[in-house]
Amino acid sequence: MSVTSAAPGGSVGAALRRKEDPPLITGMGRYIDDISITGTLWMAFVRSPEAHAKITSIDTSAAAARDGIVAVFTGADMADIGGPLPMAWVPPGVEVNNPEHWPLARDEVNHVGDPVAVVIGEDRYAVSDAIEDVVVEYESLPVVVDPEQAIAGGPLVHESLGTNKVHEWTLAGGDVEAGFAEADVIVERRVVNHRIAGAPIECRGVIADYRAGSLTLHSSTQVPHFVRLFMALLLGLTEDRVRVIAPDVGGGFGQKLQVYGEELTACWASKRLERPVKWVETRSENMSVAHQGRDQIAQVRMGAKRDGTITAWHVKILADFGAYNMILTPLIPSLGAFVMGGCYKIPNVQTDIVGVFTNKCPTDAIRGAGRPEATQMIEVTLDQLAHELELDMVEIRRRNFIPKEDFPAATATGVVYDSGDYHATLDRLLENFDIDAFRSEQQRLRSEGIYRGLGLCTWTEICGLAPSRITGPAGVGVQAGLWESAMVRVHNTGAVTVYTGTSPHGQGLDTAMAQIVADKLGVEASVVDVIHGDTGTGPEGRGTYGSRSLATGGEAVAKCTDKIVAKAKQIVAAELEAAAEDIVVENGKFSVKGSPDTGMALADVAGIAYIGAVPEGLEPGLEETTFYDPENFVFPFGAHACVVDVDAETGKASVIRYVAVDDCGNPINPMLIEGQVHGGVVYGIGQALYERVHYDSEGQLVTGTFVDYAIPTAAEIPMFETDRTVTPSPVNSMGVKGVGEAGTIAASAAVTNAVIDAIRPLGVDYMNMPLSPMRVWEAIHSEGDSES
Amino acid sequence: MSGTVNVRLKVNGDEHELQVEPRLLLVHALRDQLGLTGTHVGCDTSNCGACTVHLDGQSVKSCTVLAVQADGAEVTTIEGLGSEGDLHPVQEAFWNNHGLQCGYCTPGMIMAAAALLEENPKPSQQEIRRGLEGNLCRCTGYHNIIKSVLDASGQSVSEEVSA
Repeated sequence: MSVTSAAPGGSVGAALRRKEDPPLITGMGRYIDDISITGTLWMAFVRSPEAHAKITSIDTSAAAARDGIVAVFTGADMADIGGPLPMAWVPPGVEVNNPEHWPLARDEVNHVGDPVAVVIGEDRYAVSDAIEDVVVEYESLPVVVDPEQAIAGGPLVHESLGTNKVHEWTLAGGDVEAGFAEADVIVERRVVNHRIAGAPIECRGVIADYRAGSLTLHSSTQVPHFVRLFMALLLGLTEDRVRVIAPDVGGGFGQKLQVYGEELTACWASKRLERPVKWVETRSENMSVAHQGRDQIAQVRMGAKRDGTITAWHVKILADFGAYNMILTPLIPSLGAFVMGGCYKIPNVQTDIVGVFTNKCPTDAIRGAGRPEATQMIEVTLDQLAHELELDMVEIRRRNFIPKEDFPAATATGVVYDSGDYHATLDRLLENFDIDAFRSEQQRLRSEGIYRGLGLCTWTEICGLAPSRITGPAGVGVQAGLWESAMVRVHNTGAVTVYTGTSPHGQGLDTAMAQIVADKLGVEASVVDVIHGDTGTGPEGRGTYGSRSLATGGEAVAKCTDKIVAKAKQIVAAELEAAAEDIVVENGKFSVKGSPDTGMALADVAGIAYIGAVPEGLEPGLEETTFYDPENFVFPFGAHACVVDVDAETGKASVIRYVAVDDCGNPINPMLIEGQVHGGVVYGIGQALYERVHYDSEGQLVTGTFVDYAIPTAAEIPMFETDRTVTPSPVNSMGVKGVGEAGTIAASAAVTNAVIDAIRPLGVDYMNMPLSPMRVWEAIHSEGDSES
Repeated sequence: MSGTVNVRLKVNGDEHELQVEPRLLLVHALRDQLGLTGTHVGCDTSNCGACTVHLDGQSVKSCTVLAVQADGAEVTTIEGLGSEGDLHPVQEAFWNNHGLQCGYCTPGMIMAAAALLEENPKPSQQEIRRGLEGNLCRCTGYHNIIKSVLDASGQSVSEEVSA
C-alpha cells in the first residue's frame, strides 16, 4: 500500500503513490490515438505478403480512384528523402554490412510486412478498404529463415552484399584456452534464446503535422529527441523546425526505442500534402513489423576445477538480426558480452558474436537487450556444471561470486562493476526461501507423481546507459553521447517544473523525480511537476531505455536541483545576513544552521529571485540546466528463486512460487521498484513458458496476433515475494541503480533451471526455451537431451 | 460506403443519437464520435480487453460489438465510472496499490474488475485471476492489479494471498 503524501524532506524512500495516475485511472490519459488535429488525413500501409521477392509492378490506380482517398505513394515517390533509415552503431575497426533500408520498399521486399505503398485518405475505414485495391506483383526469391542455414551459405537476403553475415565482434579477457587446459571438467551446451515480441498493449502510432515550414510529430516513442534529429536530417529541415512530442505512451519495452519508417513516411506525406497525417498501427502490423528481440543461438563452453571454481567461459553467439539493421541492431548482443562473466570471478572469458540476416522482421533492443540472453547462458550452464560435479546449486554460486571486498571490481574483459554484495543478496533469498524444506517436499511429491522443481538465478547486469566516453563514437561506437539533461524551474510562487530529457512511459519517473527534487528544495512532491517527451519544451535529451532514467536522468535532475539550492542559499544568506555555506534546508525552510525558526520557504526565495532584488552579482530568476554524463554504468544484481510444477502427462509447466531479492542501490520509491520487478519477472516468465515469435519455413509469420502469440494472463501468474538488499552505487550522488530490466534479465534463467530440476528424474538433463507443453512433453519422451 | 443507420445510445447517463455505418465498431463510436477516448484499442482479436466497457451492466469488449448492436442500450465507460475527486472504489484501489504503470490497459482492466465485483463482491485471489483473464497487462505482472481488486473488495491482501 502506498502513502498519499510525505512531509518536506521526507519524500525520498517513501512509497508515495504516483502523480501520473489520476488521469490514467479516469480515462483522461492522452495517448497517440486520442489526439485529433482538424483536417487530419489517415494513412494505411500496403505490406508485403512475401518474405523475399522482387517487386515487378505496383498499380495504385484503383485505390487512388476510391471515394475519400487523397493520395497513394510508393517508394519511387519518396525519392527526395535524404537517405535510408538510420543505423547508429559504427564500432571502430569492425566492418558492419548495412544494406539500404527504405521506409517504402524500392524494388525488393525482404520480410513479410515490409511496406510497399501507403494510402492516404479522409478516414481510417476508407484507407483500410483502399489498401486492398493496390495491386502489387511480386517475383518470389529464395527465402532463408533459419540463421544457421543463412550463415552456412543459404539464400542471400541482400544479394548485393554477397553474404548474409552482418558482422563479427569479439570481447575477450584472459586466455580461455589456457583456462580450459586448467579445467578438470568442461560443460558444453547449445543455448537457444528464441525470438520474442515486445508487445506493448498500445501499438505504435504517429500524427505528423507540417505547416508553415515547421513540422510537429506526435509519436508513441521512447526517444523523441533521436526521432527529431533523424526526421530533420532525412527531410532536409533544420532541427529548430522540428518538434517531436511523445504523449502518454502505452508501453514500450524497447520496441519504441527506434526511428521507424512509418514516422518518416507520415512526416514526408504531411509535408507533401500540407495536411496532418495520422497512422495508428494494428496489432497484426505490430506483431509483424515492429522490431523484435532475442533470437540468439549460442555454443557455450564452461571449464571448472573439481571444486566448482570456473576457469574459463567461452560463448559463441549467432545472432539473427532479421532483414535489416535497425538503429542499434548489431550492438544488442554486445550488451550481453559486457556482463558475460555474470556475478562470478572468472579469469578467462570470451564472447564471439556473429550477426546474420534472415528474411524475418528485424530485431533490436527488447527489455533486457542482450543481458537476458547472457544471463540465460551463464545460469543454465552453471546449473549443468553443478550437476556434473554433483555440487549444490547454491554452493557452486558461492564458490564463484566476486567477493564484496573486490568492488569496484574489474572483470577479465575490463568492464568495472561499480558495487556488489552477492553473498548478502543470496543470504536474503535463503532467509525467504527454505531450500531444505523445499527438497524434502519435492521428494515427497515425486512419490505422488508430481514433478516440482527449483531454479535459482544469481545475476548482475549493466545499465544506466551510459558513460559517453565508453559507449560513444571513440569507445564502443554508438554515434551519440548517452548523457542526460535536466532543467529545473522554480516559479514565482515556489511551484517547481522539472524537465527531463528521458521519456518515461509507465515507469513512474514523474513521481520519483519529484521526490528527489522535493527533498532538496524543502517542499512536498505534490508541487513539483515533471515534464518529459517534448523536444519543444526543454533541452536536448536522450530518452528512456537501458534502465537509465533514474541513474542517469534522475542524477541529472538531482545535480540541476543542487544548482538551484546553491543559488537559493546565496539569496537567503543575503536576506538573513549569514554566510551561504551556513544555510541548510530543514523542515521545509532554508535557514541558518542552528536557527530553524528564522528560515525562508522556497516560495519566499523565489519571490526575491523574480520580484524582489537578488544580491549583487547574481542574475535574477531561479532556473538551471544540467547535462550529466556518468563516469561508469551501474550494475544492479539479485538472487531469484522460481518453483514450477510440471505435469508429466501434458508437459505443462506452471510457476507456483517466485521469490525475488533485488539490489538496485538506494531506493527512491520502493513501491515503484517492486512494480518494475513484478512486471520484469513476468516478461521473463512469458518468454520461458509461453511466448515465441514463429515463422514457418517460407518466412510466413505464424504468430501474427494475440490469439497465436501468448503473452501471460493473470491466470498463469502467482503472487510474487520480493525483498531487497541495499548496496549503494558509487557512480552517482544518490547511490541508485536501474531496475526496469532486472526482473526480465533474471527470470527466464530461473524458470528454465526450475523446469529442468523438475523433470530431471524423468531423464531430462537439459532443454532450451520455450518450455511449452509440447516441447517439455517431447523432452520427457525423447532419448537424450533436447538442445533444439 | 453504403448508407448509415440511426443508433440511440445512453452513454454515461447522456442520451445520444448517432448516424453510423453498419460496420462501425462500438469502440469507434465511443471514441471518434462521442470523444470518449478513455476506452482503448490494443488488438484486433478481442484478446486484450483494453476496450472493455459496461453494456447494460455487463462487461463487454467494445471492439467486438457493432455500434448498431448497442442500439437502445446503456453504456458506461471509464469516464462514467468515476472522476478525479469522485473516484470509484476500484479506481481508488488501483491508485493506492500501484495497479497500473503505462495505464493503457487500465481503463479496460478497471471496468472488468468493477463488473467482477458487482457479480462477486468478495472474490478470492484465484477468482480475480480467472475473472480478469481476458484483460492483458504487459507492465505490472498482475501482482498489484490483484492487490488492487482485493483492496477494492475490502479484503486484506496478505490474508488472502497466504490463504
